[in-house]
Amino acid sequence: MWRRPFPWFIAAAALVYALYPYLADDVGLRESLLLAAVYIILASNLNLMIGYAGYVNFGNIVFFGLGGYICLYLVTALHWNVIPAALVGGVAVSSLALLFGLGILRLRGAFFALATIGVNQAIQQLVVNFEPWGGATGIYLSLESYGSLGGPMQALWITYLMVVGVTAGSLLASYAIRNSKFGLGLLAIGQNEDAAAVLGVPTPLYKAMVYSASAFLPAVAGGLYFFKSGIIEPTSAFNLQTSIEAIVMVMLGGSGTILGPALGAFLYEELRGFLLTAESFSQFQLVIAGALLLLIVQFVPGGLLGFVHQRWPRTRRWLE
Amino acid sequence: MSTLLEVSHISKRFGGLQAVDRLSLTVNEGEILGLIGPNGAGKSTVFNLINGVYPPDTGRIFFAGQDITGEPPYRVARHGISRAHQIVQPLAGLSVLDNCTVGACFGRQALPLAAARKAAREVVEMIGLGDRADSLAGSLTTAGKKRLEMARALSARPRLLLLDEVLAGLNPTETERMIETVRKIRDSGVAILMIEHIMRAVMSLSDRIVVLNLGTKLAEGTPREVADNPDVITAYLGDSKLLTAAERPA
Repeated sequence: MWRRPFPWFIAAAALVYALYPYLADDVGLRESLLLAAVYIILASNLNLMIGYAGYVNFGNIVFFGLGGYICLYLVTALHWNVIPAALVGGVAVSSLALLFGLGILRLRGAFFALATIGVNQAIQQLVVNFEPWGGATGIYLSLESYGSLGGPMQALWITYLMVVGVTAGSLLASYAIRNSKFGLGLLAIGQNEDAAAVLGVPTPLYKAMVYSASAFLPAVAGGLYFFKSGIIEPTSAFNLQTSIEAIVMVMLGGSGTILGPALGAFLYEELRGFLLTAESFSQFQLVIAGALLLLIVQFVPGGLLGFVHQRWPRTRRWLE
Repeated sequence: MSTLLEVSHISKRFGGLQAVDRLSLTVNEGEILGLIGPNGAGKSTVFNLINGVYPPDTGRIFFAGQDITGEPPYRVARHGISRAHQIVQPLAGLSVLDNCTVGACFGRQALPLAAARKAAREVVEMIGLGDRADSLAGSLTTAGKKRLEMARALSARPRLLLLDEVLAGLNPTETERMIETVRKIRDSGVAILMIEHIMRAVMSLSDRIVVLNLGTKLAEGTPREVADNPDVITAYLGDSKLLTAAERPA
């Protein structure tokens, strides 16, 4: 895959993204870029479900939250280093998603979407009542937990670099899947599942596989993100609102494309940051998000990239 | 000639309707078997049972000696049975070429992506969609979509092709082209089981014909034998005397 320019472009962009706040020595900028990177990870992986396979996962945030919990538990209770802890969180959540996927992906359309909300809410309630994970108060990190990465200051920079790495990984994975046989099968499912099955696409397996794949990097990112925050608790970890915002990002940028969701996530995060400073109306970004979603679905279902592709068909070749 | 597909006493009931009732039929290697019958006779249900859209209530289906009864559609496709739908089912947002690449990737040969794309391009050219290869499947005309159904099914290099009314809705010129295509496919060694309402076409193409009525087999034989069968004429026209000499096959 490295013979094509796209992966190099992603690698270069990630490098700039990673180094810029470091060279500028701006911690505030780093924090806002980290949040945008997390959103790009969520949107890009959600796009594997929505844009490729045509399944709307409303509860996508459950991967992020559960990955965070597993990672922080390993770091605090078992004194693991954050890197293996986040990876184990990713593998565990991804495996769980595979099992769940084989079950709930028998549902279609609105029923599937409802089931995914159910999964998120059920797991949230389980965690609230799960004492080893701190129940409703959650898990706090002590300052010693950052010791393995050379103290809090350095640990936050390292975590930032790793989150950017996971972001690049999400885009590369999306690219690799888009250009594979697996990806073609998913696109076929997204277009017409019954016809895909008649053509030989093993639909139950592929759907479970993409559900599981779309869980892995968000779970790893959840581990890193909550490690950076130093605290995780059920309401913020399994916040359905963030799930819905991720859907808006995917639709805004262009579902089914590779760069679209990343673009949508970045724009949405910038917009959100701007609107959050308006104190007269808390959570005003949600009003905007709702309005945006309506407008996009109604007028530009292809999102920003879809619109560009339609307007200038030649851009399809290089702007993926 | 050896048997490729053997359908043995299959039945399917939907609520109070016995759609297919203990039907048996065989398709031999390299032949075209026509499946005809009045509307509601159960023809499309037979196709759905063969390619696994739903399992039969009773009976067995064997393909190339293997029991494939109750297998889901994607497994049936891997055995080498491809289908062109009566109601076209294009993957509308994908290009014509990608539609066919799906067939080549996941059908009998299960080719890797690059090889599948190449195989798909050959089929697209052969079927006469070469100049539309990069267009979105949804933008094709009805005739184009019918051809796409064929191309996609063929891209899998099947051993048996199920054609469900591929001529319906085509104008006379398009019909002629399609009949030629079907003949070409048969000559390349692919067995065909076809449902068709256009009698002239089915009579001239088929090696044998099975007539279905109310889910059961009414008659079976060469096109000539079937056309002369008084039961068949009654089922179609209500009264055998209504068939004028002009409508009989030459």
